[in-house]
Amino acid sequence: MTSNSLYGPLEDVSGDAGYVAGHPERVGFFTDTSVCIGCKACEVACKEWNGLPDPDADLLKLTGMSYDNTAELGSNAWRHVAFIEQAVPQVSVLSRDGAGQLIISASAGDTDDSGQATRWLMASDVCKHCTHAGCLDVCPTGALVRTEFGTVIVQPDVCNGCAYCVSACPFGVIDRREDDGRAWKCTMCYDRLRGGLEPACAKACPTDSIQFGRLDELRVTAQARLAELHEAGITQARLYGADPEDGIGGAGAFFLLLDEPQVYGLPPDPVVTTRDLPAMWRWAGLAAGALAAGVAVAFAGRRA
Amino acid sequence: MSAEQLQVPAAQFESYYGRPILKVTRWREPHLPAYLFLGELSGAAAVMGVAAGATGRPGLVRTGRVVAAAAAAAGAAFLTAELGRPERFLHMLRVAKLTSPMSIGSWILVSHSALTSAAAASSVTGLLGPLGTAAAAGSAVTGPLLAAYPGVLLANTAVPAWHSSYRELPLLFTGGALTAAAAAGLAVAALTGDQADVSPSQRLALAGAALECGAEFMLERRSDLVAEPYHTGEGGKLLKYARAATMSGALLGLAARRSRAAALASAALLAGGGLAAKFAVHRAGVESARDPKYVVQSQAANP
Ligand code: SF4
Ligand code: SF4
Repeated sequence: MTSNSLYGPLEDVSGDAGYVAGHPERVGFFTDTSVCIGCKACEVACKEWNGLPDPDADLLKLTGMSYDNTAELGSNAWRHVAFIEQAVPQVSVLSRDGAGQLIISASAGDTDDSGQATRWLMASDVCKHCTHAGCLDVCPTGALVRTEFGTVIVQPDVCNGCAYCVSACPFGVIDRREDDGRAWKCTMCYDRLRGGLEPACAKACPTDSIQFGRLDELRVTAQARLAELHEAGITQARLYGADPEDGIGGAGAFFLLLDEPQVYGLPPDPVVTTRDLPAMWRWAGLAAGALAAGVAVAFAGRRA
Repeated sequence: MSAEQLQVPAAQFESYYGRPILKVTRWREPHLPAYLFLGELSGAAAVMGVAAGATGRPGLVRTGRVVAAAAAAAGAAFLTAELGRPERFLHMLRVAKLTSPMSIGSWILVSHSALTSAAAASSVTGLLGPLGTAAAAGSAVTGPLLAAYPGVLLANTAVPAWHSSYRELPLLFTGGALTAAAAAGLAVAALTGDQADVSPSQRLALAGAALECGAEFMLERRSDLVAEPYHTGEGGKLLKYARAATMSGALLGLAARRSRAAALASAALLAGGGLAAKFAVHRAGVESARDPKYVVQSQAANP
């Protein structure tokens, strides 16, 4: 434990969790939504590799939310591709010129009667493998653990389904399977990592929208990509979860977005709940004292 | 449209098809509110039993010990039923984690249950008196902790209405503990006809109501957006009922010596008010997790 165990930047997240020096480098995902084509290969590869059940497989579930019929991350959906349709006057088309420079050109796209075109945002969401993970902090059984790779996983043989993690995750990621009674979420393919392979979703992604690698290297890659987009005039582009100074100490899985986080169903500025835990215990101590004092007052003086 | 509405237009925010950002808690009714209520009742009843012993009130000693043990057992049953894998309850005791109020709370609950059952068994059977007294003394330490920790349990989540209320919730719960124990004292006195010991219960009801209603008032007074579910909707309505019931119960308790009916009605109002407050807190939390505006607007307002 170090001074920043609950909150703030943490250089060596596995070391803080007790792994001795020489443990692997922290790994992560950089999901660049600007090149996502919405093919859902990541969702399929994840389900296949991890054998995720679909209790409603017989039902045709249509949400009416564009091409998104997965709807949200959950116990059986560890990657979720969001589809957002936005009415815009023009759609920007990105391409590279002969020198490999990113250039932007405007296309009217298919406009409707009012002259509006539709811009499609697509983004593959996943567990953020937070530096300060609320789920892990609150788990009373020790089922949720930090791995040697700096990721966060649930041990199914330990979890008793108390569902505390479900309420503690600021991203609404982890959930309990009601038929099985335990909590489940993305493991960043822990089994594949141990075997030296990249996670199934990153492997399957045909556009490299999902990039896997050392987290420090991914942050550099992402900054370069962001600068390139800004230079080409895509000013709405922003990184999400890449900052070790943010409320969760930076995400192990971070994103490049083209609009506000909430448009994608992401919280704008989440803070790990445990940041305020010392203050919470102090108020609880005060309240416990008030109880004792209340009884003392009520019984003051021996029986008349 | 009233002038007020015109001045405060609905704030605009974007969301993903209006879907929740957070997972709405898996903790259900009646389990969660029942656990909160029984835990605080057990906590304060244990302390009441010890205080009664120290001041020479044997009737209230028995009441305090038996109620504390029964409520702890019933509360533990509700808690266990909330687990996805109830047979793995003991996995709670694999570790002790300061960052997990549920881990700390499980240790408190298990110790408190053991101590209160021993104290109650000794009181009922008349055996091993000194051991029973020692166990009861221990439960006077675990009791206040058992009543207060659920405030941290709920606050240490991403649920906006709970997290933002880490000051109010523990006070609400220990205030509720006092009124619940008072209700037990008043009801037992009325049912047994032994009215000799009602005055501590009456004072307990007044002190508890002051604390409980004070915490409710703190919640209602708050004007930040994430406190809205305590003012409006089902949470707000239940909280108002809770406060009315608690206050009238405490006042009606003053007539307990004259009328057994008044004593019983007072007990019912005190207990009902405490229980309603627990349901209110649960529903406010659910509402604040379900509507993405609470997450988006409170976080966007953060510098
Ligand atoms: S995103 Fe949620 S489930 Fe994933 S590590 Fe962070 S707190 Fe845990
Ligand atoms: S549901 Fe399982 S993983 Fe989640 S907090 Fe409880 S024991 Fe830990």
